[in-house]
Amino acid sequence: MLTIKAQKRLGGFIRHSWLMLSVFAILFPFLWIALSGFKREIDIAMSRISFAPVWSNYEELLFSKSSTYLTNFLNSVIVSFSATVLCVGIATLAAHSLRRHKWPIFAVSAILIFSMIFNMTPAMTLVGAWHSLFVKVGINNTLFALILVNVVLLLPMALWLMMTFMRDVPEELEEAAAIDGCTPAEIFRKIVLPLVVPGMMATSVIVFVFSWNEFQAALTLTTKATQTVPVAIAKFAQEYEVKHGAMAAAATLSTIPAVMLMLVATRYIVSGLTNGAIK
Amino acid sequence: MKDNQQLWRWTSLAPLLLFFGALALLPVANILYMSFHTVQWAEGVSTWTPVGLENYERLPKDAFFSIGVWNTIVFSVTSVAIQMVLGFLLALAVVRIKWGSTFYKTIFILPILIPGIVIGAIWKLMLDFDFGVLNQINIWLGLQPLDWTGSVKLAMPAIIIVDVWHWTPFVFLLMLAGLQGLPEDVFEAAKVDGTGPFRELFKITLPLMLPTILVTLMFRIILAFKVFDEIFLLTGGGPGTATEVIAFSIFRTFFFENRVGLGSAMSFAVIFAVALLVVISLAAQRYAQSKG
Repeated sequence: MLTIKAQKRLGGFIRHSWLMLSVFAILFPFLWIALSGFKREIDIAMSRISFAPVWSNYEELLFSKSSTYLTNFLNSVIVSFSATVLCVGIATLAAHSLRRHKWPIFAVSAILIFSMIFNMTPAMTLVGAWHSLFVKVGINNTLFALILVNVVLLLPMALWLMMTFMRDVPEELEEAAAIDGCTPAEIFRKIVLPLVVPGMMATSVIVFVFSWNEFQAALTLTTKATQTVPVAIAKFAQEYEVKHGAMAAAATLSTIPAVMLMLVATRYIVSGLTNGAIK
Repeated sequence: MKDNQQLWRWTSLAPLLLFFGALALLPVANILYMSFHTVQWAEGVSTWTPVGLENYERLPKDAFFSIGVWNTIVFSVTSVAIQMVLGFLLALAVVRIKWGSTFYKTIFILPILIPGIVIGAIWKLMLDFDFGVLNQINIWLGLQPLDWTGSVKLAMPAIIIVDVWHWTPFVFLLMLAGLQGLPEDVFEAAKVDGTGPFRELFKITLPLMLPTILVTLMFRIILAFKVFDEIFLLTGGGPGTATEVIAFSIFRTFFFENRVGLGSAMSFAVIFAVALLVVISLAAQRYAQSKG
């Protein structure tokens, strides 16, 4: 029989081993692709573990005339940033309106059920319709069109999250402000907004990440000039002769925002990912 | 005062309604309309011929669509089941350790934040027949190298492995939040009564976690249902139709085969099935609540 103390130690050892194994399983593929970005094509093809690191993949990606990667990166930044601001703004307003402005219950349910159905539908189902709509309006293949699509794709998630964060705002404060003669717009700006800022941050981080990663709409609604980073990476892999080194370098660079967010905003990411689900 | 309130009430909701109306409802209506036509392009001009239900009658016979539906179900059920078990075990381990939980959480978030396409690129390097790490390990162990993404038998398991790697951390995070929210006194009482660890897991932890488990399951199935990016990069739906999923069938019909009518019918069928699923599960939830 083991003593209780020894049992506890053994349990801790087993748990940490299992967790460290998972950490390895998660980090190893990342390290492997990061390393591959510094390999020559021949080093990759020979699967060499030791190799002389070269910058050629990055140089070609960033500075060669035929590469559009910097433009793609800029496109991704513009699209994700604008989509996040618009999406979270719209969702915050709507969440407050749906919670506090006494809409009939059937209207609120209808909006929430519709947004749930829309969220479950693969983006691919609507791409054809978006394309013909944008052609008609004359904004097809523009970043603006892609921003609009990103906003609508991520609205259900943002709305869902902001509805849960909005619930934590004490209603009495708003009522007191109304009695003091604040207009509804003032109540929203001066009372509600400051209280939901943490919730908006969490939602923004999640929306930004999903928008940065979005591929189905970006693949089908952009041309070479307006394509985003994921589309560019996919093109490296789709060419007749796969450029593994360039693909690895492009993929590694594309994870910069995610890694930065992971380091500075873990708290917001966790609250954004779990809040909508658990509360 | 009253007018002011009405005005703000509407202006705060209007942007949402505008976006949903113009970019979600209108496209669905458009898809429905297109699904009753065949569209032909000649010199940049499209001719629409109404064909009634012909496109829908073709769906069950379409070589890709029915396989796509079946593969999507197989893929979603298998990979989500594995993720639920692994994610729960990880959360259980993290909730019971004394130090390092922030470290583990930070690392585990990483795959969730990475673009699906990058996940595809990472595993394209790992799974390559000639130089992929997995096959190098196989050779090192004295085994035959496996054609992960190129053989009919292995392609789907390979995609499932990639998806498990990608999304288990998400299940872990939700499960951990659930476990941390459980009432502690129940566990203390169980300890006082001398309940064994397995009995505690099956009789206390799992029943208490049921709401979290169900919500996590729903979130994961939604995302699994939409899978596209990794498959696009790793197998392109192949070899043959081994990894053909719904999103890919629609993509192929619209953009490779240019059959807008048939593609629209596929799209609308999927949207309709999803809507039905949502309404039924909400009704079931309501029924269960009224009974309980």
